[in-house]
Amino acid sequence: MSQWKNFTKGFVKENPVFVLLLGLCPTLGVTSTAINGMAMGLATLFVLLMSNIVVSLVKNYIPEKVRIPSFIVVIATFVTVVDLVMAGYAPAVHEELGLFIPLIVVNCIVLGRAEAFASRKSFVSSMVDGLGMGLGFTFALTLLGAVREILGSLSIFGFKFLEGDGILVFILPPGAFIALGYLIAIMNKYKKA
Amino acid sequence: MAKKESTFINMVVTLFVVTLVASTALAYVYELTKEPIEAAKLAKKLLAIDAVVPEYDNQIIDDMFKVAVGDGVDSLEFYPAKKGDELVGTAVRSFTNTGYNGLVVLMVGILPDGTIRDIQVVEHKETPGLGTKMADPKFKDQFKAMDPEQVDIRVVKDGGDIDAITAATISSRAFSLATQLAVDTYKKGGTQ
Repeated sequence: MSQWKNFTKGFVKENPVFVLLLGLCPTLGVTSTAINGMAMGLATLFVLLMSNIVVSLVKNYIPEKVRIPSFIVVIATFVTVVDLVMAGYAPAVHEELGLFIPLIVVNCIVLGRAEAFASRKSFVSSMVDGLGMGLGFTFALTLLGAVREILGSLSIFGFKFLEGDGILVFILPPGAFIALGYLIAIMNKYKKA
Repeated sequence: MAKKESTFINMVVTLFVVTLVASTALAYVYELTKEPIEAAKLAKKLLAIDAVVPEYDNQIIDDMFKVAVGDGVDSLEFYPAKKGDELVGTAVRSFTNTGYNGLVVLMVGILPDGTIRDIQVVEHKETPGLGTKMADPKFKDQFKAMDPEQVDIRVVKDGGDIDAITAATISSRAFSLATQLAVDTYKKGGTQ
């Protein structure tokens, strides 16, 4: 597989949210606005990239039976780094996402890539994979957040384009399921065509 | 697949090394971000205080005192704003656990004559797009220049005078409760 294909598979063919349906907890939880979705996506991107790099570097030194605990420690470390850095330098964003940042640890997409990809492939492939998957995740969350924000709050990235309240259900958790369902349907149609 | 065989010794050593490196790295990052986090918290607090009390020239954070709430163990933080020696207002950090997702923290600015000057939402976990509207002027400005003696600080649904936010009655109720708590506590001990 060429590195380019490796990189782009995260967007459409193996998009973590729309195709693999991994990491749905933050996907549904934080995407009430496009900004939140993007921030969450970028935080996950960082963790995914760093953990993929580290895991691919140490994979030959980790005994088979303790590889999952080791990977989780690596992932948790990077998540805590993100949490602390965000609290210090972007307090407003941290407040919005607060609860969901620690949850990146148990986001199956991160451990999934570490176990299924980074622990078998080379350093460069793992890095490209982490970057592609992370960007695909960010793209999906931003898109979902944008759709929910447009329909629910009549605004986009915080800019209100119409007065009024919008369709409130899209801001609430059920709206996340509805919006995600339609986006997946559209993605599937697009993929087949 | 990992090529290394798993023996008791190398598993223990590996996990030990991994956790050691991880904790060292985290301790380092913690030290690095400690100050910015503290600074960000303080800046946020000051911003909220500045928004709710008139201009002051004392060290308002250092002058903070606590007043106990009723017979409970909880107490509220009072930040007296002084110009020269004269008290020009007090910022009361009030809170309630009755928000839609629990804790709601407000900074309520009370003038020496007992009227509310302004209110800032400091902390909350309300639903984005619904409960978060309690920080919008449309709802919050009902409390501006309010004399708590004249107004029943409860939402209309509960028989009070406050118009709740559409689809966010619980958040509006929590906001009202926290405000009432600030007013009550202020009456009891905020004027010292």
